[in-house]
Amino acid sequence: MNVSMILDMAAEGFGDRVVVGRAQDGLTPVRLRELAAGGARAVRAADADAIVYLATNGPAFAVAQFAAALAGVPLVPVNYRLGEEQLDALLANHPRALAIAAPGQDVAPRRAGLTVRGPAEWLTEAAANTDGDIEPRLSDAPAVLIYTSGTTSTPKGVVLRHHNLVSYVLGTVEFAAADPAEAALMSVPPYHIAAVSNVLTNLYAGRRTLTLDQFTPEGWLALVREQRITHAMVVPTMLARIMDTAGLDLSVPSMRSLAYGGARMPVRVIETALRTWPRVDFVNAYGLTETSSTVSVLGPAEHRAAVASEDPAVRARLGSAGLPVPGIEIEVRDGNGESLGAGETGQIWVRGEQVSGEYAGQGSAVDERGFFHTRDRGHLDTDGYVHIEGRADDTIIRGAENIAPAEIEDVLLRHPDVLDAVVVGVPDEEWGQRIEAVVVPRDGAKADAGALRAAVRGTLRGSKTPDRITYWTELPRTVTGKLVRRDIVAALTAPEDGKKGQP
Amino acid sequence: MRPRVGQMLASTVDTTAVIVVRCPDSELDVTCGGAAMIEGTAPGAVTGTADPDLMGGSLLGKRYADEDLGLELLCTKQGQGTLAVNGVPLPVKSAKPLPASD
Repeated sequence: MNVSMILDMAAEGFGDRVVVGRAQDGLTPVRLRELAAGGARAVRAADADAIVYLATNGPAFAVAQFAAALAGVPLVPVNYRLGEEQLDALLANHPRALAIAAPGQDVAPRRAGLTVRGPAEWLTEAAANTDGDIEPRLSDAPAVLIYTSGTTSTPKGVVLRHHNLVSYVLGTVEFAAADPAEAALMSVPPYHIAAVSNVLTNLYAGRRTLTLDQFTPEGWLALVREQRITHAMVVPTMLARIMDTAGLDLSVPSMRSLAYGGARMPVRVIETALRTWPRVDFVNAYGLTETSSTVSVLGPAEHRAAVASEDPAVRARLGSAGLPVPGIEIEVRDGNGESLGAGETGQIWVRGEQVSGEYAGQGSAVDERGFFHTRDRGHLDTDGYVHIEGRADDTIIRGAENIAPAEIEDVLLRHPDVLDAVVVGVPDEEWGQRIEAVVVPRDGAKADAGALRAAVRGTLRGSKTPDRITYWTELPRTVTGKLVRRDIVAALTAPEDGKKGQP
Repeated sequence: MRPRVGQMLASTVDTTAVIVVRCPDSELDVTCGGAAMIEGTAPGAVTGTADPDLMGGSLLGKRYADEDLGLELLCTKQGQGTLAVNGVPLPVKSAKPLPASD
C-alpha cells in the first residue's frame, strides 16, 4: 500500500480538475502524477534515500510528497527556521537526502552535504522527466518522518507509514465529495502534520488547495476573498488574530467551513467567530503528529448547539475535541493504566490504523493492546465527547495538588482585558512549584492583577490563583501557536529583574 | 479467506480492485463477478470466468459494506464485476461525510 494510490484514484476519478494552486494555472491530478513521477526519477538519479523539505508550503510540497512515495523514500518536512545547532543535528540524520530549500534558506543542507534544489528548480526538474509511467517502488520506508520536539529538548522523529496515512484518508473523507467550486486554504507550515495530511485529504475529496505561507490576518482575508476560498484550516492563534485585530474587513462571503486545531482554542475567540460569521461551519479537530492528524472532531452542529444552549453540559462541548472519527477508539486511563469512567480525568490513550506511535530509532510506543499514550490529560463526558485539559507534562504540582494550567488560562482568557495568557509552574522551595501567569493585556486595557486573581478565585479554588502575574506585550508562540513553556519558566526565573511582575 | 484491514484485493475476472477498510476476524468468501478475489493491487491476467449475473459494476471511490458482518471494502479501481461476500452482493454504503478537518 502506498499513498500514491490516492493520487491514482484522483487521476482516474477527476483527472482534469485543478486540485493544487490557483484555478487559472494550478495542477490537475494527472499533471501532479506526471510531476511526481519526474520527481521520483530525480530522487533515484541523485541516489537519495529521503526528500528533506525545508521550503515554504506550495505546489512543490505536494509534488515532493508523491515523488517520495513513488521513489519509496520518506518525506521529511523540516522547519528551516530552527536554530542552527538543532537543524544541523536533524539533517545529520539524513546525509543522503535530496533537500528542497529556497535559495538563501539552504545554508544548512549545503553545509550538511545534501543534494539541494530550490522549489522552482525541483518543479522544473520534475517537469523535464515526466515521460512514461513509474511503478511505485515498494519499500519498508516510512511515507513521512516529522520531528516533534514535545517537551524534551531532543526532537523525536515520528514515523508515519503509508498504511497510517491511507487509512486516515479513507476513514475520514469521501472520494470526490467536493464540488468543483470548493477551494481550501492551508495556513500551517509543511512540517506540521496537518499540512501533510491535508495534501492527501483534499486531493482525495477533489478539493482545490492553496497555501498561505506567511500568515497575516489581512493577507488571509484578502486571499480568502480573492480566491473564493470555501474551506480553511487555521490554528487557534490565527483565528484570534483575525478576530482581535482592529479595523479589518471581515467579510468572507465564500467561506463555508473553517477547521481549527493544533492547540487549545480560547472559548472567547470561538464564540466571537461564531457570532461574526454565523453562516460558517466551524470544525475543531484534535489529533497529534503520531496519530496522522485528526482523531476526534467537534462538528458544526455541535458548535452551534453549544453556543445556543442553556445546559452547561452542552455549552461545555464548545471547549471539547468532539467525538472520535471512524476507526478510532479513545480511552482515558489513570496513572496505573486502569480505564476510567465518564467525567473522570486521566490520560488520553488512542488506538486505530491511522495511529503510528512509532519513533525513528525507537520502534513502536503502543501498548500491548495497540493503544498510544498521547500524554494529554482529559476526560470523556457521558455522551462520549473528548475534553482535553492540557499536556500532562504541563501539569503544575503545587504541594500535593495537580493543577492543569489550561483551566486557569481559560479563566484569564475570558477576561475582557486579556488578549493572551499562559500559566506555568515555577520552582518553589516550599511548594515544589508555584503558579505564575504571564498576561498580554488588550491595547489600552489594565488587566489588573487583583481583578484577574479574583476571577480565578471566583471560578476555581483559591489554591489555583497565580502567585504572581507578569505582563508581556506578546507571548513567544511558534508559527502554529504552540508555546514552549520551559522557555517561559526560564524567562520568569532568570536572575536579572527585567520582567517584574505583580503579586 | 480471512481478510485484513488495509489489504488490497483484485478481481480475477475484471478490472475491479478494492482495499479492505473494515473486516471481522473471520473467514469470508470475498468475490467479484462471482470469482474469488486475490491479494494484489492490479488485476492480473483474467484467470476466471465471470458470472454474468454478477457484473453490475463497482464504482471508483464507493464503499461496499455489510454492516452486520462488519465488512467494508472501498473500490480503488472500478470494473464491471459485482462485489459480494459469502455469495451476497454488497450494497453501496451511503456517504455520510465528516466535515473537512485538517
